[in-house]
Amino acid sequence: MKKKDIFVIAKKKFSSRLIVGTGKYKNMKECAKAIKMSGAQIVTVAVRRVNIFDKSKPLLMDYIDPKKITYLPNTAGCFTSKEALRTLRLAREIGGWKLVKLEVLGDKKNLFPDMIETLNSTEILTKEGFSVMVYCNDDPLMAKRLENAGASAIMPLAAPIGSGLGIQNKTNLKIIRLQTKLPLIVDAGIGQASDAVEAMELGCDGVLINTAIAKAKHPYEMAEAMKLAVISGRKSFLSGRIRPNLFGSASTSKKGLILSFFLKNFFFLNFFFLKVCFLIFLSIIF
Amino acid sequence: MNKKNKIKITVNGKQLTVNLKFSLKNLIEKLKTPINKVAIEMNREIVNKNKISKIILKSGDKIEIVHFIGGG
Repeated sequence: MKKKDIFVIAKKKFSSRLIVGTGKYKNMKECAKAIKMSGAQIVTVAVRRVNIFDKSKPLLMDYIDPKKITYLPNTAGCFTSKEALRTLRLAREIGGWKLVKLEVLGDKKNLFPDMIETLNSTEILTKEGFSVMVYCNDDPLMAKRLENAGASAIMPLAAPIGSGLGIQNKTNLKIIRLQTKLPLIVDAGIGQASDAVEAMELGCDGVLINTAIAKAKHPYEMAEAMKLAVISGRKSFLSGRIRPNLFGSASTSKKGLILSFFLKNFFFLNFFFLKVCFLIFLSIIF
Repeated sequence: MNKKNKIKITVNGKQLTVNLKFSLKNLIEKLKTPINKVAIEMNREIVNKNKISKIILKSGDKIEIVHFIGGG
């Protein structure tokens, strides 16, 4: 097994495989502390208008240092390719962010991605020099198309954004895992630590979580739980699980067992008995 | 105050009145916006932040100033 397990996205190296969102927190302070507890090295951020009349509002950059934590600008709230492109071009202008998360939504109620707009945007952004991590549905064919369009990472949903329902289609995620060498990150739908473990055990390269941490009763503890879950799931995946078996297999050796002679030799006698029967059977035939 | 020396522009969807020959840099300074933490778009085109002192505002200009906020 490799000694150091490094997570690479668009040639950038990371040691944490947990990406966290910075939305839905009570305040910036809570957000910053939760990020610290999660150990995440990448955080998603949104692009919005500056409040030009209210200077008292705290700035995200004052709480989360972009030099220490990689900002991943996203296109949250964009429903067309045009809006998404405009948002990410602006994000790049803020300070040269080229690694971005593309998310073009198609439905206001369940927040599923509009894959046609997403695919078109991926092509354009890649041509403009962006490294695009793409929020998508869990369709292996679409994942393949995104890969061909130049995506830097495939980020299928586990369940609707913010739903906390956990992984709904393990089979599709497995198929996507088998077909691509690109970083595969489960984005959206994680509810609890075991969901994150499951995603990692399926062979995903990372997990992106926002609501499950931000809206947990105790966000800091949940952030830590998710950190450990991602580490645990990854190790479990890399360690090569045993084959599932319908029957039991004792963990303790039978050697030195304190039992009566008969019980001790039960299996042997049983085997002997079968052998005798078999020989009798053979002698009858021939 | 002479109204002829003033122009109306829109910044982040809000109407503002500024002096004639006001540059984009003047505006950013007036709004006390930390330039290294924002991106500026003027009439739907991204503005190179190094050139804002050379851009003189015209009446009806639509300016968007954006920054990063928390998001998932």
